Amino acid sequence: MAGIADRIGGGDLKGVIAKNGIFIAFIAFMIAFGFGSDKFLTFDNLESVVRSSAMIGVMALGVTIVVISGNLDLSVGSMLSFGTVMVVDLHDKIGPGPAIMVMMACVLLLGAVNGFLIGYVRLNSLIVTLGMLSAIQGLTLIYSGGKNVDVDPSTQDITWFRIFGRGEIAGIDMPIIIFFVLALIIGFIVAFTPYGRRVYAVGGNPTAAVFSGIRRSRVVFSTYLVSSFCVGIASVILGSRVMGSQNNVGQGYELLVLASVILGGTSLLGGSGSILKTVIGVLILGFIQNGLLLLGYPYFAQWIVTWIVIILAVWLDVAAKRGRLLSPIA
Amino acid sequence: MSQTSVEHAPVQTANSAKGNFRWLVRHPIWAFVVIVFVFFSVMTENFFSTGNLENILVQTSTLGLIALGMTIVMINGNIDLSVGAVVALAASLTVDIMGWPVFESWGNWQILPAVLAGLASGVVLGAFNGLIVWKTGVDAFIVTLGAMLGVRGLVFVYTGEQSFFAANFAYSDFGASRFLGLPTLAWIFLVFTLLVHILLSRTVHGSNTYAVGDNREAAVNAGIRVGPHMMINFMIVGFFAALAGITLSTQMGASTPNLGRDYELWVITATVLGGTKLTGGAGNIIGTFGGVLAIGILRNGMNLMQVPAFYVLVTLGVILIAVLFLDKQLNRKGEEELRI
Repeated sequence: MAGIADRIGGGDLKGVIAKNGIFIAFIAFMIAFGFGSDKFLTFDNLESVVRSSAMIGVMALGVTIVVISGNLDLSVGSMLSFGTVMVVDLHDKIGPGPAIMVMMACVLLLGAVNGFLIGYVRLNSLIVTLGMLSAIQGLTLIYSGGKNVDVDPSTQDITWFRIFGRGEIAGIDMPIIIFFVLALIIGFIVAFTPYGRRVYAVGGNPTAAVFSGIRRSRVVFSTYLVSSFCVGIASVILGSRVMGSQNNVGQGYELLVLASVILGGTSLLGGSGSILKTVIGVLILGFIQNGLLLLGYPYFAQWIVTWIVIILAVWLDVAAKRGRLLSPIA
Repeated sequence: MSQTSVEHAPVQTANSAKGNFRWLVRHPIWAFVVIVFVFFSVMTENFFSTGNLENILVQTSTLGLIALGMTIVMINGNIDLSVGAVVALAASLTVDIMGWPVFESWGNWQILPAVLAGLASGVVLGAFNGLIVWKTGVDAFIVTLGAMLGVRGLVFVYTGEQSFFAANFAYSDFGASRFLGLPTLAWIFLVFTLLVHILLSRTVHGSNTYAVGDNREAAVNAGIRVGPHMMINFMIVGFFAALAGITLSTQMGASTPNLGRDYELWVITATVLGGTKLTGGAGNIIGTFGGVLAIGILRNGMNLMQVPAFYVLVTLGVILIAVLFLDKQLNRKGEEELRI
């Protein structure tokens, strides 16, 4: 591990900007929006932004580990639909505790299928998880018979299941606490444990990792378990907040999640990135959305801005690594 | 990766029985197409009829047209996730523009500028994606992921989240029209399939496409201008996505801002089913056509057997993974699976 000075980019200004572009962008955004709207930098507003980003954030934590290890997970969106439908449906049938456990077990099983096919059979992760995206969407519809599910309205206000989405501790909403606690735990594991270093090693140079005695298959397998675990947690938050679920509630989330991971600066090539960066990426996406709304732009303008921000962020990252702005391709 | 470039003229080896077998090994999807075709012909009364087969062609033409472009881009070693959004943009533009007061006195000719504008939007966005990939060196997956969100945002802002209805009925009549005994939309799909097949297997641009996807360094050394080459291919896929958006909106006589959602995933599924490698350098239109038909026949046949749509999704997912697995077992070249 290098010293603090190295980690923030050494002495020169260019290095600092290159290595911490996403933090600088984040602060710039906050200041710009803060000047643009006096409602933006209020505690209530900030809290509501973080709360609404928490679910995407939780999923992004797991996907970050998968991406660091050099793979992709496109199945998280339909897995979220599956988990939410299941936990909400089972809530009235077997009670909240067992419902959460059964749902977690099923979601982990789906993650294990991903992990087995990608880690042990060595199939391409993009295609496997694309296939799983479709298959899990189908499973969700089969499970629910195509109907939307909800928790019996008479129990919605008394069940302890409600704390995950609607509760608060010391005035801070529960989804935010879950997101940050999970981010701390996973961030610690990724940054400071031997397991974390193995994940980076497998993503950075698989051959070297194997030669240095790391069981690549097992590490890859485990990253998909982590990813599906995070999706399970996100399902609990979503189910508890809405107390109901549509069959396709997670449709399209896989790419939004991936967008926030990329925005944070985790490279799709694997071997680099961090949980902290992903948290920032998630928050930037949330604040872009909120800030543009407060400034009076239409809801979908955020997607256009996200388009520009993603490309600029990754471009600067790539340019900093190769030392010149434009690509040398003829 | 290096020996895959010999694959791209599969027709020549299909002479002997052994050649036939090799042909099937290279296109396992066609074995699957034949099996599901026979299966549904036997199992349902209505599947094997001219009317229904025409239906399948029309239903798959939308995905199929985009898959043609996607094949080229994927052989190039790139990918385009923005096609679904481009479908919606082109459809909305076309349906909206033909209703503009400027063109009111043009009669049926008012469709022409609208269609041209729709197609142009796809080509321009393709050029934009290609230019960014070329000049910034950012991975096409990320560039087009951003575009997927951004272009969809453009569609929602442009349409004000409204559906548009075609002002000229000739537009929707075209979607239902027939030409020489087949639906016109089926002709469009078949003719473009043939054209892109010729482009890939018989032209310099086609062999450059394989060369760039196979080994970009070598392609540069061989004097191919890789950047503009890739940009042209992004323009081609943009054109096809826009064309698909237009043909889709002629079928409905309308456009909605959510049109084409998830199409990128379906198109990639069809293309990969057809044997195109995500790592580039391998793939062809015969396989892609098979992949598109496989999805179309499966959807249509299971629908006729009154299997709920849910099972189609599960089946498709399983088949996609199975094809990938088979491909790995049959062509053991993919030993070093590349990461994205």
